[in-house]
Amino acid sequence: MGNVPSAVKHCLSYQQLLREHLWIGDSVAGALDPAQESSQLSGLPEYVKIVEVGPRDGLQNEKVIVPTDKKIEFINQLSQTGLSVIEVTSFVSSRWIPQMADHTEVMKGIRQYPGIRYPVLTPNLQGFHRAVAAGATEISVFGAASESFSKKNINCSIEESMERFEEVVKSARHMNIPARGYVSCALGCPCEGSVTPQKVTEVSKRLYGMGCYEISLGDTIGVGTPGSMKKLLESVMKEIPPRALAVHCHDTYGQALANILTALQGVNLYKVMEAGDFICKAVNKTTNSKVAQASFSA
Amino acid sequence: MLSEAGLPVVEATSFVSPKWVPQMADHAEVLKGIQKFPGINYPVLTPNFKGYQAAVAAGAKEVAIFGAASELFTRKNINCSIDESLQRFDEILKAAQAASIPVRGYVSCVLGCPYEGKISPAKVAEVAKKLYSMGCYEISLGDTIGVGTPGIMRDMLSAVMHEVPVAALAVHCHDTYGQALANTLMALQMGVSVVDSSVAGLGGCPYAQGASGNLATEDLVYMLTGLGVHTGVNLQKLLEAGAFICQALNRKTSSKVAQATCKL
Repeated sequence: MGNVPSAVKHCLSYQQLLREHLWIGDSVAGALDPAQESSQLSGLPEYVKIVEVGPRDGLQNEKVIVPTDKKIEFINQLSQTGLSVIEVTSFVSSRWIPQMADHTEVMKGIRQYPGIRYPVLTPNLQGFHRAVAAGATEISVFGAASESFSKKNINCSIEESMERFEEVVKSARHMNIPARGYVSCALGCPCEGSVTPQKVTEVSKRLYGMGCYEISLGDTIGVGTPGSMKKLLESVMKEIPPRALAVHCHDTYGQALANILTALQGVNLYKVMEAGDFICKAVNKTTNSKVAQASFSA
Repeated sequence: MLSEAGLPVVEATSFVSPKWVPQMADHAEVLKGIQKFPGINYPVLTPNFKGYQAAVAAGAKEVAIFGAASELFTRKNINCSIDESLQRFDEILKAAQAASIPVRGYVSCVLGCPYEGKISPAKVAEVAKKLYSMGCYEISLGDTIGVGTPGIMRDMLSAVMHEVPVAALAVHCHDTYGQALANTLMALQMGVSVVDSSVAGLGGCPYAQGASGNLATEDLVYMLTGLGVHTGVNLQKLLEAGAFICQALNRKTSSKVAQATCKL
């Protein structure tokens, strides 16, 4: 719509626009003043905890192997953005996930800022012990709501994986280490297709019952849409309190934000973009963030 | 190809001077050349009366005009005030009415302006009301630079819906900051049932080089299908049209659905 403008150079910079629309400057996004509060949507939580999974879930899917020192620098930059939880690495065998081969060095090498949590993935007891030895103070385990995916991904049935995780979570609880539970394929499976909310609820309940403080429901292949997300959450919330739930949406089909539909709060957007820019250079690719793409016009 | 995909409305071209928009220089040939499928509307943009006359001569059966909710944007874009622009459009509307040609009204910058910054919902409502009362059958509210977020969309629509019935409203979200689908979802929840989008997310943004353009039709159709909302669109044919035009433009698609399905 509209013609190509002849006065682009007189436009406000993207910083000015973001300042006006998100009320951010050098400080924190989403710090509302009374005049702007009317733009808040009702029915939304006041505060949303963002769990930054770029260094783990993000990097493990990138072809370019990022050197250890760059991973450490990346995570240190993220620590300065105001994010309160940053998933650092995965103590998985390097044979399966070469990108995470340097898990110990990364965990030992990052600066652990006070007030920020640095969970790591621990698929089994061996990984858990290594993680603790490397200084981890929070761990995650990941199950799936699909038998085929569980077999393909971690080579065992859902039931067998739960038994493994019980071991890990029990040991973690003995050491006062909080454990987070992930449920993959919550809105669809690459092998089985559709996944019932009941199955997701069953797996989530199992993980919550064994002691995970939070369950992150993952739309692993991004096939979900707002309706299926709503149905899923309605089912899971019958068994698990909302404050113990998180969503983890992949953007494969561009649906992630619509599926999430929440506001950022307490995060310095510019520093997040700087960290994003840094890691994109390290993996030699362009950012997938539209906000970052728009900002490059400056 | 877009017609074959089942889309009910396909905006064909713009009868604007090639000096301003070279890509649309062949407007007459395109409109004359396309196959007009029965049941599908092919509106064209007509920025002024001359363009309107040329459009009608080329066979246009529906036209669109565009105002803005920002004085500065209007001034910089078409060198006049909002009121003056509406007066110009009045000529088109009267002629179109006499010829029984429906006119759609666009309002740009409804959630923010690249020059003025914030835009008040009241201003958007005022311009929308004027276009509607002048005879536009539908008002498309455009987040031209994609800065809006769902709360701002809700506030803007609340204000506009006091002046224009929701059945006559459409939203046109740009995806510059990745917010288009979320903003569109908010609009749907408020009762809007007409959504503008562009196959492959074509469009870019002249105000933010490197930024993406319109909401991608494929991604929109994916969401609506998942929600059980009927669109009549064949996603496969749409993907083919998207692949075709991206090849012609020598560019990658901005649609996530297209990207995902290309891997298969």
